[in-house]
Amino acid sequence: MFDRLYEKDVAITGIGQSEVGRPSQLSAMRLTADACLEAIADAGLTRDDIDGVACWPGDNNNGDSFSPVGPNALKNALGLNVNWFGGGYEGPGPLAGIINGVMAIASGMCRNVLVFRTITESSTRQHNKQASALTNKTQGRDSSFAWQWYTPFNVLSAVNLMAMYAQRHFHDYGTTSEQLAQIALTCRRNAQLNPKAVYRTPMSMDDYMQSRMISTPLRMFDCDVHCDASTAIVLSRRDVAKDGRNPPIRIEAMGAALNQPWSWDQISLTEGAAFDVGRMMWARTDLKPKDVGSAQLYDGFSILTMIWLEALGLCPVGESGRFVEGGQRIALDGELPLNTNGGQLSGGRTHGLGYVHEACSQLWGRADKRQVADHNVAVTAAGGGPLGGSLLLVRD
Amino acid sequence: MPRKLPALTGDNRAFWQGGENNELLIHRCSACTRYFHPPSPVCPTCNSFEVGPQAVSGKGQVASFTINHQPWTPELQEPFVIAIVELEEQTDLRFVSNIEGIPVTDVHIGMPVRVHFQQEDDVWLPLFVKD
Repeated sequence: MFDRLYEKDVAITGIGQSEVGRPSQLSAMRLTADACLEAIADAGLTRDDIDGVACWPGDNNNGDSFSPVGPNALKNALGLNVNWFGGGYEGPGPLAGIINGVMAIASGMCRNVLVFRTITESSTRQHNKQASALTNKTQGRDSSFAWQWYTPFNVLSAVNLMAMYAQRHFHDYGTTSEQLAQIALTCRRNAQLNPKAVYRTPMSMDDYMQSRMISTPLRMFDCDVHCDASTAIVLSRRDVAKDGRNPPIRIEAMGAALNQPWSWDQISLTEGAAFDVGRMMWARTDLKPKDVGSAQLYDGFSILTMIWLEALGLCPVGESGRFVEGGQRIALDGELPLNTNGGQLSGGRTHGLGYVHEACSQLWGRADKRQVADHNVAVTAAGGGPLGGSLLLVRD
Repeated sequence: MPRKLPALTGDNRAFWQGGENNELLIHRCSACTRYFHPPSPVCPTCNSFEVGPQAVSGKGQVASFTINHQPWTPELQEPFVIAIVELEEQTDLRFVSNIEGIPVTDVHIGMPVRVHFQQEDDVWLPLFVKD
């Protein structure tokens, strides 16, 4: 039996992010280089200090706007010499790059791992609205492991699956649209204080309720907004991290478990992977949910943020609707500031690492007008359905 | 409405073509007696290879649903109902399908449904109506 939990030997030392465009005129690689070089400099490192590269989901070798740049391409572009590098979709969701990078450092393979995530769905949708459709993941008949069970029934977007999770949550727990709205409204309020956010005009409850119904009970404002952006995080071995520019933010605990089928309809409709992930993360730390000072929780669709609140024990199971009601608890000055940069709903669908970037900005006191009260423990989680990963971050 | 059809394989063919004989064929393990879906050559519960398609009643209930309003493509005829149907044979034995034949706003969680098949090329789609 191991007597150490090795993620505690790894810290975040630098963060970077490109412009967040809707769309951006910059190429996917230029966005990526902007984010990565900023993160390396922020860590007080140079290019030559980076000896590992990680990414989720990596390059699909088809120019896909969901992930146009993978570790191979970035390695060449920046001239990186590495001991280890890796990407790929099959992992615990959008934080998988971080989780893999942590493991690469903890196992002694690397000292400083550059983790990045680039997405260009906005510019691609300028000329192909169907670019993200589930039916476009395969040519001809659907031969995919997962999607063939949904596309024949005209599930063309993930929103249809998320909507069924929301419907079940409404049914089982009495959650209402007005409660769900608080995720979107909170994100929009926070986005107004984030100069990079895509949507910064005020949103009222009426605006939310009158927004177009996409797939009951989810409306347009329950769905995140496509953008072109890249985000990068530098992970460092803890003894290396102490010499950096920033106070190291330790990886106190990670969650990556999936104790159910990898499927969008064979898993718990109200828990997804998130509850498995939360249980694992809290089993790896002495900290408790009450210690968390800010939360950056995946809001690709608003219902997923609600599920994460419950999965991570930030509110009781089934109580997320009542917890967010009125919005006070999750406001910047509330007991649990949530998605403080506007999340993906209003900030932009940076898809995963944007949450980590914001968590670190808050822990380092760099969040400017949206800065919340000083705290040293933050939680971030990303994914929906069978995708899920979480990080508990501590600034010592 | 147009539909993207699945590529047929030795593992999934029974599910997608059982409707030709008006049968909903779901994989079942003869070692542990559990049904499972999607079909696979090995039982996910006990890892036995003694598995194969077996006709089920085709009756179940709506575990969850959504009314899709978004016109993703010009050919779609929204609104239409996507549902996760749980079959009566076993708790959590379920799959995504469509509910047809009643006003979309009449669909609710727990509603009893039964299968009917719609042929598209060499696929018999298991769709559901109110039972």
